[in-house]
Amino acid sequence: MLLYILRRLASAISVVIVTLVASFALFFLAPTDPAGVICGPKCTPERLADISASLDLDKPAYQQLGSYMKGIVVGRDFETGGVERHCSAPCLGYSYSFGQPVTTMLLQAIPVTVSIVLGGAVIYLFLGVMAGSLAAQVRGTPLDRVTVGATNFIASIPYFVVALLVVLYATFLPYSSYHPFLDNPLTWASGLVAAWLTLGITNAASYSRYARASMIESLGQDFVRTARSKGISERRVVYRHALRAALTPVTTIFGIDLAFQLTGAIFTEKLFGLNGLGVLSLNAFAKYDLPVLMGTVLFGSVLLVVMNLVVDIVYTFLDPRVRLG
Amino acid sequence: MSEQTVRAPQTVTWKARERGDNEAPYLEVSDLQVQFPTADGMVKAVQGLSYSLPLGRTLAIVGESGSGKSVSSMAVLGLHDRKTARISGSIKVGGTEIVGMSPQELQKFRGAGASMIFQDPQSSLHPYFTIGNQIMESYRAHHNVSKRKAKARAIEMLGRVGIPNPVRRVDNYPHEFSGGMRQRAMIAMALVNDPKLLIADEPTTALDVTVQAQILDLIADLQRDFGSAVVFITHDLGVVAEIADDILVMYAGSAIEHGPVEKILGTPLHPYTWGLLESIPALAGEPQPLHPIPGTPPSLLAVPGGCAFHPRCEFRDRVPDDLCRTLKPDLVPRTADQGRTSRCHLKDPDRIFQTEILPRLP
Repeated sequence: MLLYILRRLASAISVVIVTLVASFALFFLAPTDPAGVICGPKCTPERLADISASLDLDKPAYQQLGSYMKGIVVGRDFETGGVERHCSAPCLGYSYSFGQPVTTMLLQAIPVTVSIVLGGAVIYLFLGVMAGSLAAQVRGTPLDRVTVGATNFIASIPYFVVALLVVLYATFLPYSSYHPFLDNPLTWASGLVAAWLTLGITNAASYSRYARASMIESLGQDFVRTARSKGISERRVVYRHALRAALTPVTTIFGIDLAFQLTGAIFTEKLFGLNGLGVLSLNAFAKYDLPVLMGTVLFGSVLLVVMNLVVDIVYTFLDPRVRLG
Repeated sequence: MSEQTVRAPQTVTWKARERGDNEAPYLEVSDLQVQFPTADGMVKAVQGLSYSLPLGRTLAIVGESGSGKSVSSMAVLGLHDRKTARISGSIKVGGTEIVGMSPQELQKFRGAGASMIFQDPQSSLHPYFTIGNQIMESYRAHHNVSKRKAKARAIEMLGRVGIPNPVRRVDNYPHEFSGGMRQRAMIAMALVNDPKLLIADEPTTALDVTVQAQILDLIADLQRDFGSAVVFITHDLGVVAEIADDILVMYAGSAIEHGPVEKILGTPLHPYTWGLLESIPALAGEPQPLHPIPGTPPSLLAVPGGCAFHPRCEFRDRVPDDLCRTLKPDLVPRTADQGRTSRCHLKDPDRIFQTEILPRLP
């Protein structure tokens, strides 16, 4: 198992490096000139050259990539206007627009996004799996049709519309803001509850459909019939035997969704004024703040690779037939 | 429903019945009908099935797929979904009526009064729980005992069904068992509460031939020890000859022949049973062409009127007045022997068998 994890991590590193090189190529070779953006419309050629030099933009692309990678591993030094700044590893460079180290900005934004997404995930997993397995049990009845119809309806509304409706009409909810969990868990939760509900309800719709389909399949399995023939309660048959088996495919989807959402819940963050990774990358995008964009992309790729590994490991606990190796 | 007023805890009740009622048949099915309403119409899976079975005997129910053998047996355990199945008639197990039983009573009955072994042990055992865990769950559903005691019982049962090193094996998952061992574990699970009725639904179909024989021996052996009644569902007449005391041949939801196994297989009286025997290939001698039964089994949505078998029967012309097409024959004794019944209008089926069918058999 340990050997397997090490091997997977090794291959994960190569995936991350490929992503890094590819996104570096995309961003840095793109026909936008960050120096021009920073310099503004009334820019003298001398000033432009100075900025380019300070950002290493005058060097060939492979050298830029080399020093970027070096920064991640051992840190690097920047020189702006004769002042030298050391950026310690893992260094992702400095934001063009804020002048702050990208690593610091990421570390500020990550807890916000993680708080939003994990809280929302608890809600949508719970609601979705409950609604889906209930609908599966009463399959074909009016109650099932109502559930399927309602989830289809919710899933069809664009996400930002739901979020806007919550912002506009759910004014009884506490005002949205982010306070670190460790300062005061209660203010942390109350500041996030509106975002959690939005993320939770919209995703619960699709999760209830996954859960329903998976549960219908599992309720038709032979081992569920066996469980029923043993004389255990119907509750136990449904929840211990059928649901247990139905959760495995849901877990797979959840792992992928979670990784995706953790790279930034853009609508949720923007509409509820929470400065997470989504807002960070959105702003960086608007300002051609390439180091920040690179940082969020890199974080996203690491996250996806790690989450895939986590899902595979979780599988071995869910299904004893799965052996890693 | 007068049962309810005097009901003691279930395990005690089942034991008491078995002692008081030794003469009467333990399982009595009469005029059982199982129907499933579907969008295409009513599927008549079982139509008026009646049979009885005393303790210590084995009844084999044979027939093609869709003849109603599994459906009728699942009804004995009340395993059909109330919302999708229409069940009428009567099923009495140890004197207690199963049809119309409340879900709570059914739950107490299943596993304790009767239990079932299914066809494919691979898919019938839960892949995520250990063998021991699944057997313990059955035991604890009917016995209020600690996990430790239940585990000891599970180990005892695994040993009893011939699993080597049960103390270690009890913690294995189903996928760590071979096919034959899985079926043994399934049998251990079915018998853990010492039920007096065991229904085996094609328990050897998914197993290879050498393992089949072992499992059949095991079931026969356990039946002797536990003195239980066994219903054995199969389409393998070789298995029937080996294990059964009685045989019930089903076709299109009805019993068409019923009696002691040596009589039914020795001198069958129904053209369908003849067809079954004729379609067994000969393993010795010159290869002979097979004599399959012409046609296909009828759709249960539209079972032919009269005798359900008449469209496929090569003897229907020997019955006068087109009776086969218009009148469903009763399941009654057709010869001097009162111990066996068949559902066929033919006047002299035993003579036809002796002179026409027997010479054709390999």
